[in-house]
Amino acid sequence: MIEDNKKIMKTNTLILHTAALFLLPLQLIFSVFLLLRGHDEPGGGFIAGLVASAAFVLYLFAHGVPATRNILRVEPHDLLAIGLLLGLAAMFPGLLYGEPFLTAQWWEFTLAGSEIKLSTVLIFDIGVYFAVLGTILTIVMSLTEAEE
Amino acid sequence: MSPEVVLPILIPLLAGALTLAFWRSQRYQRWITLFASFALLAAGLWLLDSTREHGYVVMQMGNWPAPFGITVIADLLSAIMIVLTGIIGLAIAIYSMVATPDRHERFGYYPLMHLLLAGVSGSFLSGDIFNLFVWFEVMLLASFALLTLGGERSQMEGAIKYVTLNLFSSAIFLSAIGLLYGMVGTLNMADIGYKLSQVEHTGMVNVVALMFMISFGIKAAAFPLFFWLPASYHTPLIAVSALFAGLLTKVGVYALYRVFTLMFTGDVSYTHDILLWAAALTMLTGVLGAAAQFEFRRILSFHIISQIGYMLLGLALYTPLAIIGGVFYIMHHIIVKTNLFLVSGVVYRLLGSYDLKKLGGVYKHRPGLAVLFLVPALSLAGLPPLSGFFAKFIIIRAGIEVEAWVVTAVALLVGLLTLYSMIKIWAEVFWKPVPEGTDTSALTGKEKDPQMWIMLLPLVGLTLCTLFIGLNGQPIYELASDAAGQLMNPAGYIEAVLGVSP
Repeated sequence: MIEDNKKIMKTNTLILHTAALFLLPLQLIFSVFLLLRGHDEPGGGFIAGLVASAAFVLYLFAHGVPATRNILRVEPHDLLAIGLLLGLAAMFPGLLYGEPFLTAQWWEFTLAGSEIKLSTVLIFDIGVYFAVLGTILTIVMSLTEAEE
Repeated sequence: MSPEVVLPILIPLLAGALTLAFWRSQRYQRWITLFASFALLAAGLWLLDSTREHGYVVMQMGNWPAPFGITVIADLLSAIMIVLTGIIGLAIAIYSMVATPDRHERFGYYPLMHLLLAGVSGSFLSGDIFNLFVWFEVMLLASFALLTLGGERSQMEGAIKYVTLNLFSSAIFLSAIGLLYGMVGTLNMADIGYKLSQVEHTGMVNVVALMFMISFGIKAAAFPLFFWLPASYHTPLIAVSALFAGLLTKVGVYALYRVFTLMFTGDVSYTHDILLWAAALTMLTGVLGAAAQFEFRRILSFHIISQIGYMLLGLALYTPLAIIGGVFYIMHHIIVKTNLFLVSGVVYRLLGSYDLKKLGGVYKHRPGLAVLFLVPALSLAGLPPLSGFFAKFIIIRAGIEVEAWVVTAVALLVGLLTLYSMIKIWAEVFWKPVPEGTDTSALTGKEKDPQMWIMLLPLVGLTLCTLFIGLNGQPIYELASDAAGQLMNPAGYIEAVLGVSP
């Protein structure tokens, strides 16, 4: 009986349920925005990763772990591994030019009239983004599952 | 451009990320681990070769010049420590291939091990005091997780003490960094050393020096803050214990050596005197604690503490010969201690216990294993011609030269008591007949253990290392002597990082 009550409480919070559905894409877009503006202005991979994980955690509270796993499609610790590998990959290009590890490399080109700057810093930041997202989701999901 | 100075950090990090990516396949994780350990050892040897040639190998990360960027630097001591890390990492990797229970592997044993090694290597190579703190934390984080992997009650109990005291130590470390930064305005260790040598020595510098000493002393398990070590080291898997026993406390010792030769050398009679008494009491309490124990791993854990005392003694005496002895001691100790822990693991696999009362008869049935115990055990006690003899000999001689009679006497006495402990283990585990009621099917070979040779492989390797150090005393001494020469002459370090001579 108590178990049933818990389930009902979890699934019947209609406002949270609906809000999470709408907030998830919004927060994810905002996190990408934060990630990209992070080079010159406040933002960056870490905070963007936190925002993205907040999005998934909110969804998780409203819909439970299995549903979150469904929309995530990958295991959270895979995200962590991808993040770490991307971060490490960003260290090496500097070495090709005979410079120390982690030296930032820039590639600039114009695409459809606008100037685009890509760099190893961005790759590193994307790595941090995924590592943070993966870490937090791993922790939250295992804690939630342990509780259940 | 010298990539070898960063490789010892990158290889474990990369291996950690890869083992995480292959989360589902324990088989791939094992092979990645083995391969990465070989690579780490190779990178360490490359680094050692390069530091022998150039003296210092420096890299400014991201091409930001020191003291503004983050410096990664290896001198001979760092390179020696990295090689030792590689040797221990390889031994543990081979041992873990067969000795790790399935449920540990599934909960991230290998990624954590690589993270730990990355933290250890990072600490040895960092030229920036705040980065040293970060690598310490990386290492501690991984060690917390490894310590509790398995989730038994005794592990939790040990881990609580371990975590509490280590977090306390980190808090002191961080506050000390803050105070130091307030005084000299830089975090680059070479720059700090340079600036501290330029300004007038005030009481505040001594306060900060003592804060560093307390913080690193906790990590090194020195008197009086060693409780966490015997409370926790006997609880995890034996491979984890062996890895911790070999490397973790030595990172604290390394940090003490670095900080008290490079930065706080202005008031030696004050700081190093405190170190001297701490060293003597560490030796004594450790060895007396061991004498009271009757559990294989606990005896060995207490002996880590007493041996830490010898290394601190080398630093505290602060003469060229004493520093040589300290460096020699670190080399000898890391190898021997890991070896002894691994032996206790093999005995456990044979007889199913760590309690000396329940063990026995190993010499009769496995004389080879008995030899693999005897060599490191006698080396630990300091019998010639094994590595421990030379290590103790140099330090005690340095003590006599500066006429520090009390600590020298303590050092000699502790050597004798160490021998007593080792003989106790020998008599109980190897010599006496198997006690009634112990299952001997694995020991007598009735139950075949086809993977046993893989577990014995690292033991043989480490024993050979001990013999190599002992029988090649002269070249190893020269290496330690060069490393000590660099430590006693911090100007070279400062010039290598900053490019100016003080």
